[in-house]
Amino acid sequence: MSERIPVLRIGDVLLVSIQTDLEDQSVLDLQEDLAERIVETGAQGVVIDITALEIVDSFVGRMLATTAAISRILDAETVLVGMRPAVAITLVELGLSLGGVRTALSLERGLAMLGRAGGVGAGRA
Amino acid sequence: MITAPAVPEGEQQTLPIASNDDVVRARQLVRTLAQQCKLSLVDQTKLVTAASELARNTLVHGNGGTMRVGLVDKGGRRGVSAVFQDTGPGIPDLELALTDGWTSGGGMGLGLSGARRLTDEFAIDTEVGRGTVVTVVKWTR
Amino acid sequence: MAERQESERLVKLLSQQGDVLVGRWIEGVSHTLRGRLSVLELDRELRELYSALVEGLRAGGPDWRGEGWSEVRALLTELSRNRARQGFSPTETATAVFALKELLVPDTDTSQQDFAAYLELNRLVDALGLFTVETYSKTREEIIGAQAEQLLELSTPVVKLWDGVVAVPLVGTLDSARTQVVMEKLLQTLVDTGSEQAIIDITGVPAVDTEVAQHLLKTVVAARLMGAECTISGIRPQIAQTIVALGIQFGDIVTKATLADALKHALRRIGTSPEAAAATVRGAR
Ligand SMILES: Nc1ncnc2c1ncn2[C@@H]1O[C@H](COP(=O)(O)OP(=O)(O)O)[C@@H](O)[C@H]1O
Ligand SMILES: [Mg+2]
Repeated sequence: MSERIPVLRIGDVLLVSIQTDLEDQSVLDLQEDLAERIVETGAQGVVIDITALEIVDSFVGRMLATTAAISRILDAETVLVGMRPAVAITLVELGLSLGGVRTALSLERGLAMLGRAGGVGAGRA
Repeated sequence: MITAPAVPEGEQQTLPIASNDDVVRARQLVRTLAQQCKLSLVDQTKLVTAASELARNTLVHGNGGTMRVGLVDKGGRRGVSAVFQDTGPGIPDLELALTDGWTSGGGMGLGLSGARRLTDEFAIDTEVGRGTVVTVVKWTR
Repeated sequence: MAERQESERLVKLLSQQGDVLVGRWIEGVSHTLRGRLSVLELDRELRELYSALVEGLRAGGPDWRGEGWSEVRALLTELSRNRARQGFSPTETATAVFALKELLVPDTDTSQQDFAAYLELNRLVDALGLFTVETYSKTREEIIGAQAEQLLELSTPVVKLWDGVVAVPLVGTLDSARTQVVMEKLLQTLVDTGSEQAIIDITGVPAVDTEVAQHLLKTVVAARLMGAECTISGIRPQIAQTIVALGIQFGDIVTKATLADALKHALRRIGTSPEAAAATVRGAR
């Protein structure tokens, strides 16, 4: 049995905060859950917060890229927030640059970014 | 490929890799050793990421196996070594398997090539029908 | 085994008037260190070493690399490391060990057996002395390495230019190790200051090699993964040529001629007009 990561809804945005080192099945479950919830809620945006993650390998990296691609097809924008410097340096060396994924320094900035893009919420001055 | 002789320092630990949870445990064990060895945060992250890729390969492509890790010493320089061993199908074309983006199916094809870039020493011993042994070492800077 | 006998004989010789011999040894060594180490500390150190030595000979025989000698090796390692850290010279450090030879001096009355034991002691002390020097130099290397790293940290300031904009002006020849350290620091500063704009200014860098250019490139991509943007300013014509000649893809990376241009660009990107920023600065004066 793998644990499921909670997907929170804040207005038009779905928020996922990955708090622990996930085993591969949980990663796949999360990808699936997110797609379902986007359709179910009609969400315009998805924020994935990885501030707590100490590594991102190619398996998690692929999930992030795939989720961004899926949500785009479902008319939602994905923003990845909080990647640590060491994780970013390692991911680049691994050979993944997540070209199609939007990123932000913090959760706050990520939410603001979606606000600007989709007309949801206040946006940034 | 050649592995430079590195002297094991202290005891080596062996972990079975038979499930997704074992891959998580492998990452955690390597992290603990990398911290003990006082690798920099970036180097710790690189090594743990490489270990994650290799442990997953042992599980997925090698049908399960073991990881043996420990601290090593070479001429006063300390490091962490990790050896991933399986008795799976082996790798028929090593050069191809080490190509960025090449996968025999389902993956991103960055595990082997990425792990090589992320570590200081990288060696593969593989034989079709017999299995695969991948050894990596990360040294303190 | 002949050597065994000699070790046993040595144990006897060294234990017979043990206290007198240790005292003489400590006195001799303390003389060479000219009071730069406390007498108490030296006393404790050498007494411990002396009993370990006798015990090593008793248990381990002449094989100083063996199991029975592990205590001696541990104590010698500690001694050498301490001396290296305290700034004693290699000679001063090794002399402590070599002075052991002077404890037993053969004369015309010395029996054949004792003479053999004396030679055995000489052989052992030589080996242990070299071991000490080796440990000493290893420690010195570690210290120098650590200092070099600290210097590296100091010589690469990451500065906050504006709220949301940080910059690192690089000066001098960049090697791969230094570039890596700087880039890690730059990325960490982005997080610490919550800045979305980073400027790498290489006006003061005469040339780059492939590896350094790759590091710069990777840093820009890593910054992007973290949600920040990087601008590279001050690329000299020669470096531009290198980059093209090496076939390195700089892709859609933003480059500017000068640091000032890069700052203007960064300010615009965070939604502050350079003119407004300039006005604020003037107002503050
Ligand atoms: N332990 C192994 N046993 C057998 N084949 C392996 C092993 N590790 C890697 N391979 C082969 O090498 C290929 C490349 O591996 P990798 O770079 O990790 O990519 P991925 O796992 O994403 O396919 C795999 O697709 C597989 O065919
Ligand atoms: Mg793989």
